[in-house]
Amino acid sequence: MSYPANYQYTKEHEWVLVEGASGTIGITDHAQHELGDIVFVDLPKVGAKVTKGQTFGSVESVKAVSDIYSPVSGEVTEINEILSKTPEKLNEDPHGAAWLVKVKLTDGGEAKELMSAADYEKYVGTE
Amino acid sequence: MLATIGAKSEEDLISYLPPDVLFNRKLKIEDGKSEYEIVDYFKEAAAHNANGYASFLGAGVYNHYRPVLVDAVVSRGEFLTSYTPYQAEISQGTLTSIFEFQTMICQLTGMDVANASMYDGSSAVPEAAMMAVRVTRRDRVLVARTVHPEYREVLGTYTKHQGIPVEEIAFAKDGRLDLDDLNKRLTDQVATVIVQTPNFFGLLEQVKEIAALVQSKGALLGVVVTEAVALGLMEPPREADIIVGELQSFAISPSYGGPYVGIIATHDKYIRQIPGRLVGETVDADGKRAYCLTLATREQHIRREKATSNICTNQALLALMATVFMTVYGKQGLRELAEQNLAKAHYLAGKLPLAFDAPFFNEFVVRGNGRSPEEINGALLERKIIGGLPLGRFYPELKDCMLLCATEMSRRQDMDTLAAGFRKQ
Repeated sequence: MSYPANYQYTKEHEWVLVEGASGTIGITDHAQHELGDIVFVDLPKVGAKVTKGQTFGSVESVKAVSDIYSPVSGEVTEINEILSKTPEKLNEDPHGAAWLVKVKLTDGGEAKELMSAADYEKYVGTE
Repeated sequence: MLATIGAKSEEDLISYLPPDVLFNRKLKIEDGKSEYEIVDYFKEAAAHNANGYASFLGAGVYNHYRPVLVDAVVSRGEFLTSYTPYQAEISQGTLTSIFEFQTMICQLTGMDVANASMYDGSSAVPEAAMMAVRVTRRDRVLVARTVHPEYREVLGTYTKHQGIPVEEIAFAKDGRLDLDDLNKRLTDQVATVIVQTPNFFGLLEQVKEIAALVQSKGALLGVVVTEAVALGLMEPPREADIIVGELQSFAISPSYGGPYVGIIATHDKYIRQIPGRLVGETVDADGKRAYCLTLATREQHIRREKATSNICTNQALLALMATVFMTVYGKQGLRELAEQNLAKAHYLAGKLPLAFDAPFFNEFVVRGNGRSPEEINGALLERKIIGGLPLGRFYPELKDCMLLCATEMSRRQDMDTLAAGFRKQ
C-alpha cells in the first residue's frame, strides 16, 4: 500500500491530513501490518483535547495493545464510529475509511514538522 | 555430626540469621517429647477454646453452613491449587470451573459479565472505583458511610496512591444513605458513587432511586454486596453499573478473616475496563467446545502500566468452593436459605430495641438502652452467647449500639437467651 503524499507522518506511525483548520488522524499501513488482526479501537470522546506527542487512545490486536500518539494538538470534533463495530476495517483501509478522529487544530503549523510520505517510507524501510 | 561441619550447637546452624527475626525463647514444650505426644498436647489445649458458643456476629463475615460436598470437591488433586494455571488452556477442567463461576455470578447479580474472581470483597471496591474512573474519565469518588468501614479503609489505601479524592456520604435517620447529602456532593467531576446493600447496618439501600440520581449526572453506580446470601431473596441491584462483593457466605470458613473471594460484575459495554482474568468459551481446532483466557490485553503482562488492574490472578480454589456451594443449593435452595436467614433475624429483632426503621435482611442494629454494648456482650458471654459488634469503634455517634446477625445456624433457644440477656439489667 502506498503512502498518500498529502498526509504527514509521525515516527510512532500515525498520519494526519490537514485541511484548513481541521486535521484527520489515523494510523499507517505499516502500523496495522505490525499489529496484526485489530480487534478493538479505544478513542477519546468528542470535545476531548489532544496534544501533539501525547497518547489519546489505543489500538488492540490479538497479540498486543498499542498507544496512539497525536501528531497534532487540537480538540476532537468527530470520532470514526465504524471502528467501534468493525475494528477490522483498520486492517483493510488504514489510510481511508478507517481514519480515527477529526480534530480542530490549535496550530496549523505543527503538522509541517512531521515527515512527508517519502521520508516516512524511508523511515519504515530502515526500522 | 555437628563437629564434622564445624558447628558447636544446633543454634550455630542458624546463627547467620538476623537476631530480630528469630523466635528468642524456647518453646514451652518439655524436651524429649515425641511427635504424637506434642499433637496430643495441642489437642488438649484446643479443648480449652470457646467451643459450644452461639455467635451473633456478622459485619461482613457470616456464620453459614458449609455443605460437605464442598471440601470433597475442592480437595481433589486436580483442583487443589489456588492459581489460574500459567499454561491456562491445557487445564480445561480449571477453566471450565471458572467459566461456570462467572456464569453463576452473572445469574446471581443480573449482570452481563463477571470476572474469574477478585481477592476479596474489600479489594474489589477500589477496583470498581478505578474502573469507573477509566470509563468516565473523571476522577472523584463518593462512598456511602454505610459501606463496610474496613472496605472504605481499603478504598482509601488504593485511591491515596492513585490521586483519586474520596468523599463520604452521610446516612439519614433511618440508617440508609442520605439522598440529600448525595445530591449535594454529586458534581460533574464524580466518576462513581459506591453504596452497599444490604448496607453495613443490614438495611436495604434504595438502589433504584440512587441509581437514577447518580446516572443522571453521568457517574457510574457501584454496588457492594457483603452478604451474598441476600441475593437469594432480594432483587439483584441490576441498576448498578458495577457490582462488587464478597462470597465468604458461600461455603468459605471465617478463618480469622481470610482468605476469601471477591466478585466484580458489570455490563457488556464496560468489558474492556474490567480488572482481572476472564475465561471465555470458544471452539478448538476440531470444532469442539473449549475454554480459554480471553481479553487478556487488558492485563498487566501485556498492557504493562496501562493495564486495567494489577490483579492478574484470581482466587480459583475459593471461587470453586463458592461454585460448588451455588451448585448444591441451586436457585430455589438459595432462596430458601435466604428466607430462613430473614425469618430468624426478624424473629430475634422482634424482641430487641432496633435503632433504625428500614427493611433489613439478616443483620440489624440495636440500642443498649442505658447499658454499653461491651457490658451487654460481657453478660451474654457468661450464657455462652457471643453478642454483636459494638459500633462505637467505627461510628462514634452509635457508641451505644451493636450490630447483630442471625443466620440459618442460629437456634431459637440461643436467640431467646440473647433477648433475655439484653433485657436483664
